[in-house]
Amino acid sequence: MAQEHASEIEIEPNDGGRRPPRAVVGSHRAEEEMFGRAFDQKIVRRIWAFVRPYQATAAVSVAALLIFTGTQLLIPLIIRYAINEAITPAGVDRSALLEAAGAFALAILVNFGAAYAQEAVIGKMAGNVLFDIRRAMFAHLQMVSLSFMDKTEIGRLMSRLQGDVNSIQEFLESSIYSVGDITLLFGIIVVMLCVNFRLGLLTLSVLPVLLVIRIVWLPRARDAFTAAQDTNSVVNGALAEAIHGVRTVQSMDRQQVNFALYDDKAHADLTTHLIAARYTQIMVPIVDGLTGLAMAVVIVVGGSMNGPIEVGALVAYIFYIQRFFDPIRSLTLQYSVMQRAMASGKRLTEVLDVQIEVQDKRDARVLSAEMDCSVEFRNVTFGYDPNHPVLSNVSFEVNPGETVALVGPTGSGKSSAMALVHRFYDVQQGQVLVGGRDVRDLTQESLGLQIAMVLQEPFLFTGTVFENIRYHKTEATRDRVIEAAKVVGAHDFITSLPNGYETQLGERGGNLSLGQRQLVSFARALVADAKILVLDEATANIDSYTEMLIQKALRKLLEGRTGLVIAHRLATIRYADRIIVLQNGQVIETGNHDKLMAMGGLYSKLYDLNYSSFDDIPKEEADATVKAASRT
Amino acid sequence: MSSDAVGTTSLKSSAHVKAAGWGRGLSTLLRITRMNLRHPGQAALAIGSTIAAVILQVLIPQLLGDAIDQTKVVLGGGATGAAAEQALWVPALLLLAASTLRGLFTMAQNYFAEAVGHHVAYELRLAFYDKVQRLSFSFHDRVHSGDLITLGILDLDGVRMYFSTALVRLLLLTMLIGIGGYRMISTDTLLGFIALSFVPFVAWRSSITQVKLRAIWLNLQERLSVLGRVMEENLAGIRVVRAFSAQAYEMAKFDRASKNALEVAHQQVDVYVPNTSAMTLAFFLAMGLVLWIGCNKVIVGQISVGTLTMFLAFMTILQMPVRQIGLMVNGFARAYTCGSRLFGLLDQDNTIRDVPTARPLEIGEGTLRFDNVSFAYPGTGNRAVLENVTFCARRGETIAIVGPPGSGKSTIAHLIPRFYDVTGGAIMLDGQDIRGVTLATLRKAVAVVQQDAFLFTTTIENNIAYGDPWAKEQRIERASESAQLHNYILGLPAGYKTVVGERGTSLSGGQRQRLTIARTMMLRPSVVIFDDSTAAIDAATEQRIRVAIRRFAKDRVTIIIAHRLSSLKHADRILFVDNGKIVERGTHQELLAKQGRYKALHDLQLRPGDDIVTKYRGAP
Ligand SMILES: Nc1ncnc2c1ncn2[C@@H]1O[C@H](COP(=O)(O)OP(=O)(O)OP(=O)(O)O)[C@@H](O)[C@H]1O
Ligand SMILES: Nc1ncnc2c1ncn2[C@@H]1O[C@H](COP(=O)(O)OP(=O)(O)OP(=O)(O)O)[C@@H](O)[C@H]1O
Ligand SMILES: [Mg+2]
Ligand SMILES: [Mg+2]
Repeated sequence: MAQEHASEIEIEPNDGGRRPPRAVVGSHRAEEEMFGRAFDQKIVRRIWAFVRPYQATAAVSVAALLIFTGTQLLIPLIIRYAINEAITPAGVDRSALLEAAGAFALAILVNFGAAYAQEAVIGKMAGNVLFDIRRAMFAHLQMVSLSFMDKTEIGRLMSRLQGDVNSIQEFLESSIYSVGDITLLFGIIVVMLCVNFRLGLLTLSVLPVLLVIRIVWLPRARDAFTAAQDTNSVVNGALAEAIHGVRTVQSMDRQQVNFALYDDKAHADLTTHLIAARYTQIMVPIVDGLTGLAMAVVIVVGGSMNGPIEVGALVAYIFYIQRFFDPIRSLTLQYSVMQRAMASGKRLTEVLDVQIEVQDKRDARVLSAEMDCSVEFRNVTFGYDPNHPVLSNVSFEVNPGETVALVGPTGSGKSSAMALVHRFYDVQQGQVLVGGRDVRDLTQESLGLQIAMVLQEPFLFTGTVFENIRYHKTEATRDRVIEAAKVVGAHDFITSLPNGYETQLGERGGNLSLGQRQLVSFARALVADAKILVLDEATANIDSYTEMLIQKALRKLLEGRTGLVIAHRLATIRYADRIIVLQNGQVIETGNHDKLMAMGGLYSKLYDLNYSSFDDIPKEEADATVKAASRT
Repeated sequence: MSSDAVGTTSLKSSAHVKAAGWGRGLSTLLRITRMNLRHPGQAALAIGSTIAAVILQVLIPQLLGDAIDQTKVVLGGGATGAAAEQALWVPALLLLAASTLRGLFTMAQNYFAEAVGHHVAYELRLAFYDKVQRLSFSFHDRVHSGDLITLGILDLDGVRMYFSTALVRLLLLTMLIGIGGYRMISTDTLLGFIALSFVPFVAWRSSITQVKLRAIWLNLQERLSVLGRVMEENLAGIRVVRAFSAQAYEMAKFDRASKNALEVAHQQVDVYVPNTSAMTLAFFLAMGLVLWIGCNKVIVGQISVGTLTMFLAFMTILQMPVRQIGLMVNGFARAYTCGSRLFGLLDQDNTIRDVPTARPLEIGEGTLRFDNVSFAYPGTGNRAVLENVTFCARRGETIAIVGPPGSGKSTIAHLIPRFYDVTGGAIMLDGQDIRGVTLATLRKAVAVVQQDAFLFTTTIENNIAYGDPWAKEQRIERASESAQLHNYILGLPAGYKTVVGERGTSLSGGQRQRLTIARTMMLRPSVVIFDDSTAAIDAATEQRIRVAIRRFAKDRVTIIIAHRLSSLKHADRILFVDNGKIVERGTHQELLAKQGRYKALHDLQLRPGDDIVTKYRGAP
């Protein structure tokens, strides 16, 4: 049977081109709501909580803004006064002109001061709030349970931390400015009506026209803007993916397929942007036409009115007309900003509100360094999805100072069990005990300080080799770091790097070999100096000889400490006091090497396979095994 | 330009751009201009509309002034309503027409200018994507992915904006200020000069400010990208953070980066605000003077009220454009820095590319040969990672490579598909130097299961079919059966349509490795390399996979890098690599007989109970 399969893989022709390729670039995440309701009280209240510390400054800025708006209203009035009073048909009124000049000078000075105060205060305050919100979110993400982090794409969280906070800043700035705009609009209306009621009314009659047009325009335009933003984030997402996965792309020779797919997305982006530009620009002739109309009305009606209208008033009107479309324009824009901010605010509060499922109890104890460092699983049942347990009814005990090994087929739940020791997740049933206490009764921080882990995936940070090995133990001396590197046999290769311990690592440690990364991550765990050491395939990518040297060096270090070791290469666990065999999330065998070999169960089979060759296996079994793929 | 010009450091700072001087800057701007002019229709429409809009724009104050004078006449003459209205209709309608037309032309100007920008952006996006996809591994080793993404988003945007914010605006402002200024000065020299007095001040201030802001912006961007990196790495490495309870440490790291960025953000406000206020003040001062002197002139009858209105209207019209001089300067500066960086990347010499004489790889008997290969990673000085590696493998043969960490095993694997080029010696496939054949055919012929596999955020199915997106379902299932993954996938709620997250966080280590094996089993290479790809897989499962690999390997050259003896021992030849050199070679039996380092490994794994340390302490 296997023969058949294998040969088909070879022969089957590539029917390229007939069907659409099974390929996408960029992740196809569900579309996110771009605009929310314009006003959502709950969200505003949440945002307000971040503004509250700056309450006083916010008040100052609003006050300054109102003064600023006032002077803006005043200036055309002063001009009118100058033209009307100073240049009377009866002659010249020098004192009126002087008065006007004085008033003008005062107005512009106040205007200057108010503008300065308002912009400086608003700009800095909004910046501060942005950084505060981002910090709150980031701090919260440090505590939320890993089950949330497993499900959530990093890119998505990053766009919360980088994009959405910006629209809150924009919202703050624009909501303060809209106070000014509303004041200005009403101010202009009042002044125009006061100066000449009839003319004012006539001129203002273009306002509703604009308003109606804006209201019709807004939803359509918003759809266009949303589409443009959507396609833009799709294109950028696809680009980011291409950059992150470039090595796979090249080795699978996918450049052409990806380019064609990307071209589609980039073209869609071009189209939506052109449409959005059309929507933006269509307002220009409308506003300009209405401005022209209003001016024409002022001239025709104002100029021929029964009853005297002064020239100064006309001039003032013309100034107001040029101004009064601005607030309407920015107010309708601010409406969209508000909606966008509400949608962003909703996403931000979602992050801030993520339940911290794994949380310290109120009376949680600190796990002291003097504890007996035993580990025990009591009837533990656990699943990432509660309906599909990954571990079922697992019980075992690790006595203080013991080294215990976990072995089992891939996907059998070994790494998951180790995650429970550290309480990355909470069990659904049973108990995990460390130092004789349920991990749920201990503070997570003290747990972390007493347990050091070498994770299956060696993750390194940007920075030097030294910083990576020392990591959070900022108090660790250089000698400690070097000593740890020597124990894991990393010292030699580190000193041969261009700058030794000060060599900058590439992204994720890319300029080291995988084994070297594993050694650095191993050394990092040793510097942590914890009572319990968890090694999850810590030496899987390292040859047995180097591994053996590490083990020799470790033996002294591990005295009086508890070790939990996961390995597929059974030679790795030669020194284990006891071996626990997991299969499909259940403990099926426990005991030392000899006992397990004598039992003739899974362990002995794995052991034999580790050292025997597959030619030794009868042919029929080999064939059968291909089909009977492991269930895990 | 040299292939080193765009390094991590130079991408981040504008230092090299400044050093490059004006010549380079000018050529960058010219190059963007040429790209813009490749859309002649839209560019011409944008420019034509700009000119028309400006002419109408300067007409408006004139018309306003005339209209006011007209009213004054009408009012002064005490004409009756109807007659007065008659006389006023003409200027009013003219005003309406001019205003509406101006709006239409401005719309056309803005739209076509943006359209040109978007078309250029589209072209650049494609060019950028293509380039990034093809740039060699050594480039990507050197440049941080975050910096590349910034380049493809922010810098590209800077170039896109050039046509509308710099070029068209330059035309607009020159014409507007020129014609407006001329009109005013020719009407009344003194008043004209006073009215224009704010222009040089504001133009100068706003340009200086914008240039300063540009520098601050770059600085801010750099600090924000550091902050972004801190956050991104924290989230990606969240398990490490939790494992060490390092939250406090990470928060401190975040706070440092955040404070650094906030400082610069405040600096931005500090520079920006005093200048805008000062510019407004200058404008109003000039306006006050015009009003004062203008009124006096009206009083003595030198000018009419209409003329005064015209001056005031001109000033309001000029106020915005004059402030925009700064934005325009910024538009040029931005296009120049962004463009230099972007073109720096696009012009990057790809060190790994087809030579002009490259021919398609022809596979005959399928022999791989390493001839005295030496290699050092670019940019690491001359630290040789491989030295004089020589071996040969024929079709159907399996070569196993073993050795301590960092000995150069993966490097050997990376040289065969030309991820990097050898620095000495040659790699031959059927007698053809791999540097002499086309990359596309070479990469089709060589498949690597990488040690550190990357999965895409898409379905399991798409991930498996990554190298052959047209594959039929059955083939995908075959491949995943061979990799012992099929049954596991069937057990998932969504089966093959299950989306695996970034880097496959919801899979166990072994499942991830099996997925990458399946992905490679979809291909039909002549050389296939398994780089430590069963390290996280138990012996029993590996055994089954090996049966499939065996069949797969029948008519290919197979290279297996592994540490587990059972994975190695059936190879036709085993190479023991240390420090970049092959120190032992031979079959399993031959190497055991040698009593060397392979034997040491063997004994360590075969008899785990023994203490071999003493015995092999002096292993060569
Ligand atoms: N974060 C996660 N979210 C959801 N499912 C997960 C997650 N991590 C692991 N699993 C699933 O749980 C099961 C057990 O995985 P685990 O990583 O514990 O296996 P393992 O024994 O360590 O295997 P390996 O030897 O391959 O590393 C697997 O089926 C895996 O797909
Ligand atoms: N991208 C790179 N840039 C610079 N140096 C590198 C890079 N990749 C690897 N090296 C260095 O080259 C040497 C050989 O690395 P290589 O990855 O070939 O080792 P390896 O034999 O595969 O080791 P392992 O068993 O740990 O995977 C190491 O010293 C490593 O630090
Ligand atoms: Mg695991
Ligand atoms: Mg390697």
